[in-house]
Amino acid sequence: MNNLADSRNGTASSGDDIAVRFDAVTKRFGDATALREVSLSVRSGEFMTLLGPSGCGKTTLLNLAAGFFSPDGGEIRIDGARVNDVPTYRREIGMMFQNYALFPHMSVAENIAYGLKVRHIAKKERDRRVEEVLALVRLAGMAGRKPRQLSGGQQQRVALARALVISPKVLLLDEPFSALDKNLRASMQVELREIQRKLKVTTIFVTHDQGEALSLSDRVAVMSDGRIRQLGTPEEIYRRPCDRFVASFVGDANVLRGRLDGFDGAHSTVAVGTARVKVPEAPLRGVALSTPVDLFVRPEQLKIAEICAPSAFGGRVAAQVYQGGHVDLYIECAQSASDRLLVRSAGQDAMTRWPVGAEVGMIIGIDDAVAFPVP
Amino acid sequence: MPRSTYQRLLGFVGKLAVLLILGFLVLPVAVVTIAAFNDRAILSFPPQAWSLRWFAKAIAYQDFRDGFRNGLVVTVWASTIALMVGAMFAYALDRYRFRFKKGIEGILLSPLVIPHFTVGLGFLILAAQVGWTRGYAVVVFCHVVLVLPFVIRSVYVSLRNLDQSYELAAASLGAPPSRVLLTVTLPLLLPGLVSGWLFAAILSFNEFTASLFVTAQRTQTLPVAMYNYVREYADPSMAALSVMYIVGTAVLIVFANAFLGLGKVLNIEQSR
Repeated sequence: MNNLADSRNGTASSGDDIAVRFDAVTKRFGDATALREVSLSVRSGEFMTLLGPSGCGKTTLLNLAAGFFSPDGGEIRIDGARVNDVPTYRREIGMMFQNYALFPHMSVAENIAYGLKVRHIAKKERDRRVEEVLALVRLAGMAGRKPRQLSGGQQQRVALARALVISPKVLLLDEPFSALDKNLRASMQVELREIQRKLKVTTIFVTHDQGEALSLSDRVAVMSDGRIRQLGTPEEIYRRPCDRFVASFVGDANVLRGRLDGFDGAHSTVAVGTARVKVPEAPLRGVALSTPVDLFVRPEQLKIAEICAPSAFGGRVAAQVYQGGHVDLYIECAQSASDRLLVRSAGQDAMTRWPVGAEVGMIIGIDDAVAFPVP
Repeated sequence: MPRSTYQRLLGFVGKLAVLLILGFLVLPVAVVTIAAFNDRAILSFPPQAWSLRWFAKAIAYQDFRDGFRNGLVVTVWASTIALMVGAMFAYALDRYRFRFKKGIEGILLSPLVIPHFTVGLGFLILAAQVGWTRGYAVVVFCHVVLVLPFVIRSVYVSLRNLDQSYELAAASLGAPPSRVLLTVTLPLLLPGLVSGWLFAAILSFNEFTASLFVTAQRTQTLPVAMYNYVREYADPSMAALSVMYIVGTAVLIVFANAFLGLGKVLNIEQSR
């Protein structure tokens, strides 16, 4: 997973030409507005994830790119050409559905060859390309099987192969992993990302699973209520959420009650009990001093220290959960806005160093937390 | 946990009731089947001696042969036309929104609640107006109207069960609508279409009440021929014919089951 994460920046910057552009796209279904003037540019070769809870409009945006219906306002461009009125079958897209939608009456090879046949590609060339893509998704030898004879993971690969074999301008993925069990899901994600990088195919991926979004994407667009709340690299989304929604939707977050204490150039200082925490200034710009703020901090950014350490705030260990590679400590703390705080401590030291009942201090590094005014 | 006497009694009564109901269902078939092998010339029960001669007679009887042939002609035409018309209506009802949809749906399904003799009489009067009373056309049209609701229902249910993502997938792969229909929609609907046709065929072949009005001597179908026969004679050849009916239908169902799965043919199974 690590090398995937490392290479993501390189992929994102390769070529700044825009493959898919949504420009102030609005979509209504009856009285309900699914998308409100959404603008988004997907770069060529980029892996763009639309992340959000159900009903946020992410699937609607994907379906608009596919041309299953047309927008009520705004413009959609694929490779520079306006496609608002271009029907799905002329858009040169590849789409993978949640349930794969493999044609049950056709074999694996016939499923994959379908798009080639429609394009009147000669049989010989067709066979060659089917074979090639089957090898790519590691399903060589399965050509004659019917979809129902395949496992979930194999069906997914066929669906991917079918979408890729036509060399689409953009690959659209609608929650493709939701039907797989956890282990298979992880390995399929790695495989998908490898194939996507190898082919450099522009990809729009829809999911409600923030883990999936963080591990796969070049950039993530976090959506809610028909709008894009934040657009950025997985790291930006995770480390620098721009509002409360993004902070609580992406990743685990502890919420601490604090007060805005001061500004210091690029940072704001937030008082949490007796401790002072330096956070990015942007979300607090224009907020008056002493205003109550909520401090969002990730479980692994909350560090245990001696109670007497300067700039630490206190708590008491309420429970320990051994997780193998790390230990989850649940800590009761007066400054917590909700329930107990969750501290994720790498290794297994924590089991013996901070037993249940121990009074501990917690510190938060510079920029390791982000604060928003209490609404 | 040991079961109480009451529960055991209830279980026994339940089983008995099921057996009785099944018995009543099978009873007429059993009686007719046994009577068909009776050697005597009257429809008596139970038989004294056994024979296959009534089968031979039924098969050789010219009116039955004509009736069978007429019935086949009418059935094939009527169920095929009904399938084509019904499938189009079902598709329109499932896919499109239009004015008077409810009303059109009601009219299409109305033969379910209108007595067959009313339909038959209506067609007879109409046919008399245009001078068609002697031909197949009026019989076929009458049967089309009678079986149409069943075809529409069958195809409509299949369409409802059809996951639309198959069609979207085909479109995303570059197939224009006509190609999607021919290569994806129709093949996936095939079980529903076949079952619709089969139901229509069985209903049409067995239809008696309306047929009595709209058939002439030259076009009478098998049930009408049987009715005319039983008005004059009362020998077991009728029973023999009934047995052949039952066997024929059973073979058809087994055949359909082998090729399509009975669940699909009867539309019990959901597609997903």
